[in-house]
Amino acid sequence: MTDPAAFTKSEMMIAAAARELAGQRVCFVGVGLPNIAVNLAKRTVAPDLELVYEAGVFGARPARLPLSIGDPTIVSGATAAMSMFELFAFYLQGGLVDVGFLGAAQIDRFGNINTTVIGDYANPSTRLPGSGGACEIAINARQIFVIMRQSKRSFVGKIDFRTSPGNLGGAANAERIRREQGWLGRGPSVVVTDLGIYHFDDDGEMRLDSLHPGATLEAVRDTIGWEPRISPDLAVTPAPTGPELELMRVELDPGGTYIR
Amino acid sequence: MGTSKVASMHDAVAALVRDGDTVAIEGFTHLISFSAGHEIIRQGRHDLTLARLTPDVIYDQMVAAGVARKIIFSWLGNPGVGGLNAIRRVTEGPSASLELEEYSHFGMVARYTAGAANLPFFPIRSYFETDLPVVNPLIRPIESPYGDGTVYAVPPLKPDVTIVHAQRADANGDTQAWGLLGCQKEAAFAAERVIVVVEELVEEAVIRADPNRTIIPGLIVDAVVVEPWGAHPSYVQGAYDRDNRFYIDWDPISRDPAATDAWLAEWVHGLGGRADYVEKLGAERLAGLRPSAPAPSGSVDYGEYR
Repeated sequence: MTDPAAFTKSEMMIAAAARELAGQRVCFVGVGLPNIAVNLAKRTVAPDLELVYEAGVFGARPARLPLSIGDPTIVSGATAAMSMFELFAFYLQGGLVDVGFLGAAQIDRFGNINTTVIGDYANPSTRLPGSGGACEIAINARQIFVIMRQSKRSFVGKIDFRTSPGNLGGAANAERIRREQGWLGRGPSVVVTDLGIYHFDDDGEMRLDSLHPGATLEAVRDTIGWEPRISPDLAVTPAPTGPELELMRVELDPGGTYIR
Repeated sequence: MGTSKVASMHDAVAALVRDGDTVAIEGFTHLISFSAGHEIIRQGRHDLTLARLTPDVIYDQMVAAGVARKIIFSWLGNPGVGGLNAIRRVTEGPSASLELEEYSHFGMVARYTAGAANLPFFPIRSYFETDLPVVNPLIRPIESPYGDGTVYAVPPLKPDVTIVHAQRADANGDTQAWGLLGCQKEAAFAAERVIVVVEELVEEAVIRADPNRTIIPGLIVDAVVVEPWGAHPSYVQGAYDRDNRFYIDWDPISRDPAATDAWLAEWVHGLGGRADYVEKLGAERLAGLRPSAPAPSGSVDYGEYR
């Protein structure tokens, strides 16, 4: 069941996202795909990673992958359980979070994120969940990782609502605002999709650095709302390993909620 | 210690929750008083403003039942499952009838904190360069009086009633909880009236043996309701697990208005209270939600000083 030659696009995306966490120390875990990617990283490339959950937990050691990010398993065995005020004020706004790991419904080329509405705010075609903690994570975590599937509806030229700021209209403006306002966050640094891995150029725009096995540049262009910037040193993402697949399929997501 | 505040859920809601009130049933996925929400539905309250960071299935049910005119929130979804379909039906499209007032999690926590501390606002670093202040004019930028930048202010949120579920309290309302603590303390101190619902009523001596675990003092509590399983399908750390099956099953039910009404008729209007609900759920369902093993904390020594 863990034949490394056969894996889904979701498994590739989650494995690639987990590997990006190598060397990181404190990670704020968002709901959904970030949750499985971070828990995989903790079991593979980043065993010392401290998991922070917005529900009010630092140093979580979840024994199972919870459906909701508020779950008793993130408390039992954790370093600290606290009020949400303490979590958001002291840990996040106080600058102790190295990576904020977010999902998104829409993203633009500068890593600005929408999780609020599709369409007009007052009369939306789709009402999305809203910010949750994403708005403050994007501002206060030292850097932001994003994991999301790529499509023309999600990778858009202009997002319908800016829930969480990325590099705004470009790095120059974003960095001036961060400096003037004393933000500790440096903004987005990685976007992992089902097709590849993006990092951000000095001007603040997303750049495709690695294509997943089987993905093509044509598929990338077909699922993105702008002309994507491609690295001259474009790499191929190493396929998920047997142990990564085994952890995802057996331990983290036996029901196949995320990996199918 | 004063007189007992122990009351039935029926009597507590009848006395303390009024039409038009702002009601906060807080608890971040943990310790959500579904029982109180259902009693509010049974008693036919209307025009409520419902505040919660995550409206969750409980507010989806209350909106479906017609008790609410407005929701104040920061994350509107069924965690790990999808949307809140009853709420979506009255917020999307031209016939939208439910008013929404939207913040981020920290913004909501900060609002309760300002309310609890009698402050005119609370400053946070969120909201810069986002569209949230554009659509919610109550989120306002203010200059630091010390000349070192701008922060965003959110106004105090002072519920008429805050309802909190917890592991235990004494008859005076001194309440202890452990596990995820959300912002129940802030929401309770910010409120005009407080109802506490507990798994277990304990002697005052149990509270006094571990004062660090008290999140809400009886000083601000108006009623203590004793209702084991009162948080189901939410959970109580150490007592019972989140009933994820319920959250998943709610999705197809809530997509269909007729199925939603039928569910409310069967599980809310058709029952007298939480004891009936627990009996209807059945011993097997409940047994499956118990922790797989106990994990007691070590005890600490406060010492005696005379």
